[in-house]
Amino acid sequence: MKIRIKFRKWGVMKFIGHLDMMRYFQKAMRRAHIDICYSEGFSPHQIMSFAAPLGVGITSDGEYLDIEVNASESSEASMKALNATMVDGVMVTSYVRLPDDAKTAMSIVAAADYRLSYKEGYESPYTTSQWKEIVQKHFTEQPKFLIVKKTKKSEREVDLKPLVYQFFVEGDENAPQFHISVSTGSVDNIKPELVLSSVYEKCGLVYEDAAIQIHREEVYARDENGALIPLCDMGEIIY
Amino acid sequence: MRKLALTDEILMQIEKPARYIGNELNSVVKDTSQIRFAMCFPDVYEIGMSHLGIQILYDMFNKREDTWCERVYSPWPDLHKIMKEQNIPLFGLESQEPIKTFDFIGITLQYEMCYTNVLQLLDLAQIPLLAKDRSDGDPIVMGGGPCSYNPEPIAPFFDCFYIGEGEIQFDAFLTLYKRMRAEGRSRAEFLHEAAKIEGIYVPSLYEVTYKENGTIDAFLPIYDDIPAKIKKQVEMDMTGTVYPEKPVVPFIKATQDRIVLEIQRGCIRGCRFCQAGMIYRPNREKGVERLKELAKKMIDSTGHEEISLSSLSSSDYSELEELINFLMEECEKRKINISLPSLRIDAFSLDIMQKVQDIKKSSLTFAPEAGSQRLRNVINKGLTIEDILGGAKQAFVGGWNKVKLYFMLGLPTETEEDMRAIPELANEIAALYYETVPKEQRNGKCQITISTSFFVPKPFTPFQWATMLDPGDYLGRAKIVNDHVKEQLNHKSIRYNWHEADVTVLEGVLARGDRKVADAILYVYEHGGFFDAWHEYFNFELWQEAFEACGIDMDFYTKRERTEDEIFPWDFIDCGVTKEFLLREWRTAHTETVTPNCRMRCAGCGAREFEGGVCFEDKN
Ligand code: SF4
Repeated sequence: MKIRIKFRKWGVMKFIGHLDMMRYFQKAMRRAHIDICYSEGFSPHQIMSFAAPLGVGITSDGEYLDIEVNASESSEASMKALNATMVDGVMVTSYVRLPDDAKTAMSIVAAADYRLSYKEGYESPYTTSQWKEIVQKHFTEQPKFLIVKKTKKSEREVDLKPLVYQFFVEGDENAPQFHISVSTGSVDNIKPELVLSSVYEKCGLVYEDAAIQIHREEVYARDENGALIPLCDMGEIIY
Repeated sequence: MRKLALTDEILMQIEKPARYIGNELNSVVKDTSQIRFAMCFPDVYEIGMSHLGIQILYDMFNKREDTWCERVYSPWPDLHKIMKEQNIPLFGLESQEPIKTFDFIGITLQYEMCYTNVLQLLDLAQIPLLAKDRSDGDPIVMGGGPCSYNPEPIAPFFDCFYIGEGEIQFDAFLTLYKRMRAEGRSRAEFLHEAAKIEGIYVPSLYEVTYKENGTIDAFLPIYDDIPAKIKKQVEMDMTGTVYPEKPVVPFIKATQDRIVLEIQRGCIRGCRFCQAGMIYRPNREKGVERLKELAKKMIDSTGHEEISLSSLSSSDYSELEELINFLMEECEKRKINISLPSLRIDAFSLDIMQKVQDIKKSSLTFAPEAGSQRLRNVINKGLTIEDILGGAKQAFVGGWNKVKLYFMLGLPTETEEDMRAIPELANEIAALYYETVPKEQRNGKCQITISTSFFVPKPFTPFQWATMLDPGDYLGRAKIVNDHVKEQLNHKSIRYNWHEADVTVLEGVLARGDRKVADAILYVYEHGGFFDAWHEYFNFELWQEAFEACGIDMDFYTKRERTEDEIFPWDFIDCGVTKEFLLREWRTAHTETVTPNCRMRCAGCGAREFEGGVCFEDKN
């Protein structure tokens, strides 16, 4: 039986990297007595995969992992068992059964929502209203938003407009929050800080990584009609 | 959520920030506490988190309502630099608060090469490095662990040492502390009273005088009311004593990322080079029912995917078969791997290993320690050539083709013949493989790996009188082995690794050093040296410079012949095993005679006075 688990990650847990989170959940499955499936062989490992790795330093309300189980308690009981053995900063928020033919979350991730805000001790160069205008003028109203995307091997010019699904500013006047939805996955993987830093550059400002807290809000796949739906909505609650 | 001691900006620029944030599963956070204890391991997090002793004490302290024990590990050089530049005080992982405000700083001393890291911890904690410079507001700095069986080279840095196993005297110690603090008594008054507790050594209350030749003339307490000898503390009830049922589970992969079941303490064997085999006497087993209960509880509380047994010689545990059968059944259910270190290779262990590991990937390990039977008799290593070849043969038949062999070079009385016996033994094992396994059944060539380390004489062993060599001479011995490997018929199946010689010599100085050596350790730290246990940071030239600057002759500690009546810096410790026994063993070694193990016949080492363990098996 295929199960999709959604969890939140906050506070100091943002410093725990992706691979260590996997190790953490493997141990948690055993502590919570989840009847997870194992591979064959001398050192069996759990059938588990994560949707989209989260970078160190980023917090999230929408992390996903898929597992396979031999049998499962109800969603409620399973979540309770897992949450009874979580550390401060990790909480399971959804546990659903997927159709047997479901693809892994990893292979279908299409988009993600992020919220970027200023960390304590750092100030925004502009007020929220000013930022709204800037984003409107430099991004929303532009037919194209070209940036140079650098990888280790190559440099190429990319138009961000079709890859950024939403970009708006909210919040108190001196605490702006940037809401950015981007294309995610193996093909066009856009990082939200790339979007914001490109706007910074357009305004002649220097973007400072340390000033911004990135928070992932949700991860989506596309349904058969091409609409974006949260990964957890693809399964059924077990009663 | 707690506020971290380090900013996001710092944590994002250093390696493995998870080393410094705490919050691990089963770590203990209390609101406040009367006694704050920082339990430090002077090496990096991944090493320190793997240490069983700390987990035991952490659990024991935190069970006390009045005490909050936190963990501290050495910040890696990247963070060290930032902490120094920004004047950030070293903090406890749990509270993230500066440990300079704590009551106690306990530092475990597992190997000599961590001594400069002790100074790093104190320095980053912003506590005076020398005990004599500390005042009433500073924490009490306390040492423990195997190296505290000769605490003298680091004595000036510590207010006190705890000699022996931690389970015994902390109640008395902390109760005394609370009472005297309530009475408003001074640090000096407390230390004086603490020195009366059995097992507590307060270096400042003992005076050492030296003879003209540099050896010790007298080692005496400066007050009449404190003991002249410090008695090692031993837990005699291994089954009933505390054990961490919920050990802390790190986020990042520690060196020991597994459940550790301590099945026994001590060893019945009495290898003459081995300090652990002497200082943990007598051998004491934990009851098998308790171990089963612990295993179950720890699987549930940690979720670890592997379980391992801890002991000096697991094959000597009397209920091993029952324990392993239980574990195999339990681990099969929960899909947990079993790792079985320190097992003697025989039919029983091969059978188990076949069940629990992939023999294509795993290797057989033998530690004959010396190549020739003559030298094995000298060091009292009972392993014979028949044991090795017999074990190897059965293993080859079972499908194994990788063998690891561990030896020491520089053992007392070692001759060139003994050195050459090492490759010859490896060759014989390889030949046995080709003889035993028909060509069509071979799974590739047989792979034999020889590793040699250089022998370092340790306090409280029969070899504490032994002399050492110069680094060049050690390497010369490795070369003899290496050259002779190439002369073997099966040399293509044999690989040889050897250790560095500089570290060996330094370890020798620190292991059998006296208080004078402390100056050199301080010099090295003050000139930027630390993390000496890490190859990339070890700087032998700096150490040589330090000894020179402090007027210390390394040869005095390494190459000098020690007479039988010399007073050693560690003689003030009573570790149960008597000096007479050690001397007897030192002499027996020279007659190339084996002393039977504790189960065959008691050798009268002195540890009987603890009234339990192997000394009283079948006798009560
Ligand atoms: S007193 Fe005898 S039995 Fe006990 S540890 Fe010593 S040698 Fe072994």
